[in-house]
Order: sequence, then C-alpha cells, then structure tokens
Amino acid sequence: MSIAELPLLQQLVLVLAALVLFTSFVLLEQARLVAAIHAFAWQGALVAAVTTVVAASGQGGHLYFSALLTLGLKAVLIPWMLHRLVQRLDLDGHADSLRRPALVIMAGVALVIFSYWLVLPIVEQELSFTRNIVAISLAVVLLGLLMMASRQQAVVQVLGFMSMENGLFLAAVSATGGMPLVVELGVAFDVLVAMVLFGVFFFQIRESIDTLDVDRLNRLTEALENEE
Amino acid sequence: MTALLLTLLAPVAGAVVLGMLSSLHRAGWVNVTACAVSLAAALWLAWIVAATGEISGLSFRVDAFNVYLVVLTTFVGLTTSIFSRPYMRHVCDSGRTGTTGMRIYHAMYQGFMFTMLLALTTDNLGILWVAIEGATLTTVLLVSLYRTPEAVEAAWKYFILCGVGIALALFGTVLTYFAAQHVLADPEAGLTWSILYENAGALEPAVMSLAFVFLLVGYGTKVGLVPMHQWLPDAHSEGPTPMSAVLSGLLLNVALYALIRVKMLVDGSLATTSTPRMAGYLLMGFGMLSFLVAGLFLHRQRDIKRMFSYSSIEHMGLMTFAFGIGGPLATFGALLHMLVHSLTKSAIFITVGHAAQIAGTQSIDHIRGLIRTQPAVGWSLLIGVAAVAGFPPFGVFTSEFLLLTATMDAQPWLTVALLTGLAVAFAGLFRHLQPMVYGAAPEGQQPVAANMLPVYAHLGLVLWLGLSIPGFLARWLDRATELIAGAHLL
Amino acid sequence: MDHLLTPTAWAWAAVQALLYALLAPLLAGWIRKCKARLQNRRGAPVLQPYRDLYKLMGKEVRVAHTASPLFRAAPYIVFTATWLAAATVPLAANILPTAAIADIIVLVGLLALARFFLALAGMDVGTPFGGMGASREMLVAALAEPAMLMAVFTLAMTAHSTNLASVIDAQLGAGLVLRPSLLFALAALVLVAIAETGRIPVDNPSTHLELTMIHEAMILEYSGRHLALMEWAAQIKLVLYGVLIANIFVPWGIALSHQPASLAAGLGAIVLKLAILGAVLAAAETVLAKMRLFRVPAFLNLALLLGLLGLLGHVILEVGA
Repeated sequence: MSIAELPLLQQLVLVLAALVLFTSFVLLEQARLVAAIHAFAWQGALVAAVTTVVAASGQGGHLYFSALLTLGLKAVLIPWMLHRLVQRLDLDGHADSLRRPALVIMAGVALVIFSYWLVLPIVEQELSFTRNIVAISLAVVLLGLLMMASRQQAVVQVLGFMSMENGLFLAAVSATGGMPLVVELGVAFDVLVAMVLFGVFFFQIRESIDTLDVDRLNRLTEALENEE
Repeated sequence: MTALLLTLLAPVAGAVVLGMLSSLHRAGWVNVTACAVSLAAALWLAWIVAATGEISGLSFRVDAFNVYLVVLTTFVGLTTSIFSRPYMRHVCDSGRTGTTGMRIYHAMYQGFMFTMLLALTTDNLGILWVAIEGATLTTVLLVSLYRTPEAVEAAWKYFILCGVGIALALFGTVLTYFAAQHVLADPEAGLTWSILYENAGALEPAVMSLAFVFLLVGYGTKVGLVPMHQWLPDAHSEGPTPMSAVLSGLLLNVALYALIRVKMLVDGSLATTSTPRMAGYLLMGFGMLSFLVAGLFLHRQRDIKRMFSYSSIEHMGLMTFAFGIGGPLATFGALLHMLVHSLTKSAIFITVGHAAQIAGTQSIDHIRGLIRTQPAVGWSLLIGVAAVAGFPPFGVFTSEFLLLTATMDAQPWLTVALLTGLAVAFAGLFRHLQPMVYGAAPEGQQPVAANMLPVYAHLGLVLWLGLSIPGFLARWLDRATELIAGAHLL
Repeated sequence: MDHLLTPTAWAWAAVQALLYALLAPLLAGWIRKCKARLQNRRGAPVLQPYRDLYKLMGKEVRVAHTASPLFRAAPYIVFTATWLAAATVPLAANILPTAAIADIIVLVGLLALARFFLALAGMDVGTPFGGMGASREMLVAALAEPAMLMAVFTLAMTAHSTNLASVIDAQLGAGLVLRPSLLFALAALVLVAIAETGRIPVDNPSTHLELTMIHEAMILEYSGRHLALMEWAAQIKLVLYGVLIANIFVPWGIALSHQPASLAAGLGAIVLKLAILGAVLAAAETVLAKMRLFRVPAFLNLALLLGLLGLLGHVILEVGA
C-alpha cells in the first residue's frame, strides 16, 4: 500500500508525523533556550494534531480526549511551566550551542535509520496505515536520548526527556491507536509530577553549584573517589 | 479484596496524614502505624491467597508469586520505619534537614510504599509502568533531602537515568500492547497481564522480542543491571539511610518482578520459534555481567554505603542470572534469594546508618573499632556481612547453594564464573569490613541511641531460613515457582 | 522518448530557451518593483533591467591589464552554461527534447560549471574583492550542492526517474498527494535556491559596498557587455530555480501537448506562478535581514538536513509494504 492510495486525511497524518521528527532535529540543534522551549511546544502541538487526525480518520473514540490531553499538557502547560522557570532563573537570554553540531546531526540521522531498521518487524505486520509512524516515534525517543547525552544544560536535558515522552505518545497513537484511558491518564500524571520535580531540582542544582550546567555535577565519579 | 485494598490504602492514608501533620514526634509514630496496618493487611491477604489460590478483579491480580513480595515489602517497610523514627530525629537534630524536609520525607516514604505495592499487585502492564515511574518520583526528592551538592547530583543522576530507562520500558509496553491487538478479541484488555499470559503463544514473536529488549533495558535500569547501574551507588550513598534500605531491599526487587512478569509473556510467545530462550539468555548475560562487574567494584569503594550498594547490584545480577536460567530449581533459588537478600541488605543498611552516626562519616577509612564503641552495631555489621557474603548457616548460603546447583545442571562452565565472582565479592567485603569492626576506635567515639530490634529481627529470620525453611514458606515459594517456571520443585 | 526528438519539438525547445532569456530580466524587475512597493517607494519601472542590459551592451569593455584570456572568456562560458541548464527545465510545456536527453543531474552539473568559471574569473584579476567573493562562493556551493542533490534524489525516488519531465509527469499523474518527503524536498530546494541565487539572507543582490557581498564581489571588475552577460546569467539562474520549484511542486497548468491553446495556457500558468513566487521572495527579503557570513553554513546545513529527512521520510513513511 503506497502513500498515493491512502485517503487525504491519512496522508496528512504522515506529513504531521514527519514534521514531529523535524522538530526533534530542531530541538537537537537549537542553541537558544527560549526558542528550544517553543520548538518543544510545537512538537507537542504536532503530536496532538497527529492524534486528532488519526481519531478523525476512523479510530475515533477516546483518542480525541487523548489529543486534548496531549495538547494541554505538552503544548501548553509544560512549555509554560518551563518558560516561567527559565524566567525565574534569569536564563532568558541563555544560549549554548552544540559542541560538534555536524557530528550530532549525523548521529541523529543514523538513529533515524537505526530505528527504521529496528521496527521493520512491525511494519511487516501491516495493521494500519500508521504503522510507518512507529519508526518515526522511536526515532523521536532516541533523538531525545541523544539530546540529553549531547547537552549539558539542565533545562535542555529536561526538554530532551519531555521530547522522549512525546515520542512515546506518538508511538502509542500510531502503533496501537492509543493506550487504554486509565494508563494514559497515569502516564500524563507522572509526566506532570516529573515536571514539577524538575522545577524543584533546577533550583536545588543552582543553589549547590551556581549554574545549571550539569557537566559540573561531577563529584560522584568512581575515578575521583580514589584520589580522595 | 478487602485485604488487598486495605494493604494499598493504608500507605495512601498515611501519606495524606503525614503530609499535613506538622508534629515531628507524632509523624514517626504515624509512619510506623501505617506500615504496621499495611503489613497486617498483607498477612491477611497472604492467608486468603494461600486458601484460594489467587485473587483477581478491579484489574488487580494477586497470586503466590507477588503475594510473597507484598508481605516482604510491607515487612521491610515496617522494620525500616521503626528504625527511621529515632534515626531521622537524630538527622533533624543535627540540622541536616528541616521540618519541611521531614514532612516530605514521611509523606514520600508512604507514597513510595504505595507505588511499590501497586506495582506488585496490579494486573495491568500500563499501571505497572506508572507505579514504577511513581516510585522514582517519590524517592527522588528523598535522595536530595540533605541538599549537599553530592546529594543533588545523585538525585539528578537518579532522576534522569531512571526517567530515560523507564521511558524505554514504556516503549516496550506499547509494543506489547501492539502485539496483543492482533490476538485479543477485546483490544482494550491488551495490557492485562493475565489475559496476555493466557494468549502468550499467539503473540507475534518478532514484536515481543523487540518489546522485551526495550523492557529489559528500561526495568533493568531500575534493577541496577550493569551498564545501566550508574545511578544506583550514588542514590544509595547520598540519600538518608532508611531510604537506602528500602531502595536496596524493595525497589530493586519490584523492578526485577516486573521483568520476570514480562519474561513469562515473552517465553510464551517465543516457545515455538527457533530461539525459545532468547529472553532467558539476555537475562543471564546481563545478570552475569552485573554480578562480576559489581564484585570487582566492591574492592575500590571508599564510602561504606556505596560499597553495600555495589553488593546489591551484585546480588540483583545473581538473581537476574538465575531467573534467566529458568527451570524450577533456579527459580526457587532466585525467589528465596530475593527474600533473604532483601532482609539481609536492609538490616545491613540500618546497621550502617548507625555506624555512620557513630563515626560521623560514611568514609570507610574513618569508621573504626565499632565493636569496642558499640558492640551491638559492630556485631550486627559483622554478622550481616557474613550473611550477605554467603556464609553458612545463613539463608543466603542456602539460596546461593541452590543457584550453584542449578547452574551446574544448566550451564556447567558458568559455575566457575559464578564461584569466582562470589569469591571476589567476599574478599572485597571482608577486606573493608575487618578494620571497621575490629580496628582501634578513635579517641572519644561515643555510642549512639540505636534501635537494633529491626536488625535482630531480620538477621534472625535469615538465620532461621538458613537452618530450616519452614514448610508453609517452602510450599508458598514452590507455588510461585510453578507459576513462573511451569513445574514444581518439591 | 523518440517522439520527442523531432524537428518541431526541437523548435519548441529553442523557443522555450529563448523565452528563458527574455523573461529573466522581467522577473528581476518585478521583484525589484515589489520590494520597492513594500518599502513604500515608487521604484524603477518593471522593464528597467532590459534598459540596463541594453545600455551595458553598448558600452566599451575595459579589462584590467593583469587579466588573462580566461577573464574575457568567462562571461560567455557562464552565460552559455546557465542558459543551457535553463533549457533543460520544462517551462511552459512538458514535452521537451532537451529534458529528454539531459536529466536533473546534468542540470546540477551545468550550474556547477558556470559557478566554477565565475569563481575563476573572480580570482583572475587578483584584486582582493574578487578572491574573497570567489572563496565565499565556493563555500556556499560546497554546502549547497549536497543539499540540492539530496532534494533531487528525493524527487527522483518518488518519481522513479531523474528526468525532470518524467518527475513532472509523475506529479501530475498522482494528483494531490500529501507527501512528507516532497514537503522537505521543497523546503530544502527553497533554501538552496536562496543561497545559490544570492538572495537575502545569504547575500544581498542590491549592494556593491558591503564587505559581506559574494556574487557582486566576483564581478566587480567587469564592465560593458561582459558585465551585461554576467548579470543576465544571474537573472536566468533566478528564473531557472523559480521554474524548477514551481513546476515540480505545483505542476498544474503546464502544457502536455503542442496545441497552441494548451501552450498558451502553460505560458500563462508559469508566468502567474513566477509572479507569485517573485512577490513572495520580495516580501521575504523585506522582512528578513542578511545574516552574518559564518551563519551561512548553519543555514545550508539546515537545507542538507531537510533534504536528508525528505529522503528518509520517503523510505520510512511512503514505501509501504
């Protein structure tokens, strides 16, 4: 079944999913903190849009609710909380660029290919038109991981973490047409609590090392201990 | 069902009350009471399960496997709360945390108990995930309770690593749900473990093995399997000692429990393929790696709690390895090991907490002459370490002996690696232990107010289990073995 | 494809190539006019570029005494290569013998040839400006070319052909299909086009005095008809990219036969599309500021990334089992 045979609405889902992947790359490369938060909000909105369109193209049911949940949580609430935290921490103008952007981007592309290869058994299952998006969502998860590994700024790491969660939401929608409602609510609750705790931690980290570069959190390495 | 709900709701009520209670003195007692109620309810629950086989409903499922972990969890929760009452008062008096910190501590302690129990009793893989993530969320603030740079760093590492790991586990859960949708008539039930287990043979093997890899990495992070173990020594050494005791004694168990439940599904799905034991081999590989690496790391530790957290990694590796071997003997041994390790390790952490209070530091080089200063602490530490290192006549010896026998049966050449690992770990522990217990006490080292009752209870139980496993417990573990491995041992 | 290689078809191809050359200054004038309007100026008439070219053609050619014969030959080579490249892109009709014998990779190659001689000519006289412009041009080219190829490959994979006419045919045949890969390829091509034609934010076409100029720095030493040819080549290149983007991504309206009516409709369609594109470009140039030169690699890396994502998106999302 190639894309040209799908109804227009389902083609739209694929386009939106591809855009989600693109926002992941934007997040990966974005140096300015506030712009990165905006990119994250866009990603959340796109995931919500994917969910809505999947719901509209036949899956229906509680997916509408889950789209609303994603929109509220990932596109509005969490970006807003991060924005406020960044303001309170006086990090508005903060920017730290990647150390080796080309390398990181290439690694990101490699991850996309890797996730495609990984989920091939699912693609072969041929359940619904969204199965191709599973590779995209896994790629978004892995790109979030890459972002956390390549950045040292605490807020950016949190963005990476949250974008991983976006990938998971996308996976749930694309592979299975949404998890059961109670699980989805539980996951959303966990994410929200995690965000509040991250906020608490920003202040604790700043209090203890005067910066949010978690690079500087290096007291507890095995090597250092031997020198003491 | 009432017993189950009571077990779960006691910690919830405790958390709510403790969150509002400002009196420190009463908070300690409320904490103990909530744990005691939960334990009593858990025992009642175990009684019912022993009589009827299993309880299910409201998307809960309690069978022989998890009910024993529920009892263990509530029991260790109770003894640790008894220990934590005077210990945390000492912490508060010494100014390492304030009243707000204490309130958070108590509320989160009960919240943590709740998430553990929920993870154990739920029948829904999604809720299991939510509960295990919840366990991270409730404990992460406790790790940073002292607000030192080290504590904050440890908590951040813990948060990020476990968060990432658990996110991968969710991806694995999604894949499982995906596989279930092809099979089940009611796709909404695709996360219910019991239904999945009944239909495990029909689940698509390719998808399930992919899901298992994600779940293994995800929950394996929580178990502390090498190389995802980085957070574990930090979180254990920097958090308050009661937290180390429950993390080591309970959280790791629960994560392992989740892994085993998933493994049962994957085994069912892969049974007819060319690689029926893929999941088992993966567990064996990760388990053996953790076991050996942690044993080596024991030697280079300078912090006493760090050292024992590596010992926990080592033992979790051993259990993972044993569950990987599969078969009734190894499974029985692993279940027994889970039990005795939890009891011993929490006893050790409690003792270590007192030892650190006596010496005023956690540095191994500065803890000296415990037996002279406070014989109860010194002897407890000595006996606890002897037990955890696998000396007869303690229970750990029994379970390790069973595991060695099972390994001899299944993979004879791995017995050598196992014995070497045990010897290395033994040497690592005793090398550091000897001066701490026997060395000359520094001038002016004073004993502290210590409630050693929990330690005695734990070590006594471990000793009892080493001398003779009571019949009811043996039958109990045997039923759990039957559930997991598909065959009786006894 | 044999039916395409008839004398009539060649005649039409020649007409189309002529149209490129004739339309090019018009588009340049139109963009300038739009920009002036957006900036609340009256601006020069739309036909001003024709007058400029005419005037330059009549002027005396002054060549620096350090210049080699290459310097004199370069304008002709650059103009011919660009014009030939343009001739392979279907403008009003999709039946084109040039398009049948030269695919999209030849197009990229011809443009690279033109750029190569442009850069050589810039360095030939030995003035600092020329060398600086040439080195910058090569920097941009080195980054833009892979991005362009990536976008082109995405198109080729979708249409199963590297032939432009076939790509357009495939697009027309499929009807309205939302392809994520084409979206990314379009974005990549737009970015490449902006960089290659020296528009804001990469280069500023309407200045001679900034130290940041690229294209203008290379042709600073030219005068008379040489300069006219260089300017004209640049204008043709702009039209070429405009037509490429317009006809590949919005192919509707292009003539599929040699009937006068459909050809007229095709011509009307392409003029309309170019007018819209020109207006959009003018608006974008009014809003955006030129970026610093060392930000240009990031800009083009984005284009490369978009091209790559287009390719991956095609493989992952569109090639269903």
